[in-house]
Amino acid sequence: MKSTWWKIVCVVLLIYTIIGGLLFDVPRLNIVNETIRGLYFHVPMWFSMVILFLTSVVYAIRYLRHPNFRDDSYSLEFANVGLVFGILGIITGMIWANYTWGSPWHGDPKQNGAAIALLVYLAYFILRGSVNNEEQRARLSAVYNIFAFVAMIPLIFIIPRMTSSMHPGSGGNPGFNMYDLDSKMRLVFYPAVIGWILLGVWITSLRIRMKLLEEIINEKEDEKNR
Amino acid sequence: MKKIVKILLGLLLLINPTLFAQDAQMADTMRSEGKIYVVVAVILVIFFGLIAYLILTDRKISRLENRLK
Repeated sequence: MKSTWWKIVCVVLLIYTIIGGLLFDVPRLNIVNETIRGLYFHVPMWFSMVILFLTSVVYAIRYLRHPNFRDDSYSLEFANVGLVFGILGIITGMIWANYTWGSPWHGDPKQNGAAIALLVYLAYFILRGSVNNEEQRARLSAVYNIFAFVAMIPLIFIIPRMTSSMHPGSGGNPGFNMYDLDSKMRLVFYPAVIGWILLGVWITSLRIRMKLLEEIINEKEDEKNR
Repeated sequence: MKKIVKILLGLLLLINPTLFAQDAQMADTMRSEGKIYVVVAVILVIFFGLIAYLILTDRKISRLENRLK
């Protein structure tokens, strides 16, 4: 986690994303026009969020198997940064929807599902804040974390596909392929996804290290007080 | 033979504009004037600033870890 090479990869990929995303050729399509470039920034937010939440739930399960402070901290911070990416995803989605669908909140199944998923994860932090006993808090939130992840997958990926959603990739609409008349977009899109995910992991790693430091300080203070 | 070619050409003309929306308006003027590079520069400066801040935070945490261990 503390090695630097993947952080350099992250920065290089994101510089490439910004330059390539704004300058490279994109398919000329009606309605979306140049806003198609939002794909390199809006969609990776959701990919990153799902990866961060997935890591969070993995650490939650690890915690439930062998309770320890470290796994609980990992689980918490991955969920925390995942939520930030989700909020960024929903805001960018609203801006995009305003110009292509006509209004920021269309009540589209994809939008509603994403909003509910974020609320489910918000409740995770409320749950954490409302239990005082440390072990109880870690155990309850680990169980809830599993529930939240299992709820998120159908809300974002399955229900919008089964109903009529205007969002690309749902309700019979093609996802990426519609724009991908010349697969040029993949050249920027995949590096963008990896870059943004790495940035999310980087921020999470800093928060985890801070959390673990806080615990060391707490232990030292406890020793002094004895 | 000529008739078939004519029909095929006619079909191509019918299909072409609807399948590949080449007439969609894009920011071609902005690009030809080179102003798109201004946008790229602005975004890159903000991005570098945020990354520099992230690196500084990373280092500060490393220092704290060294002090506490």
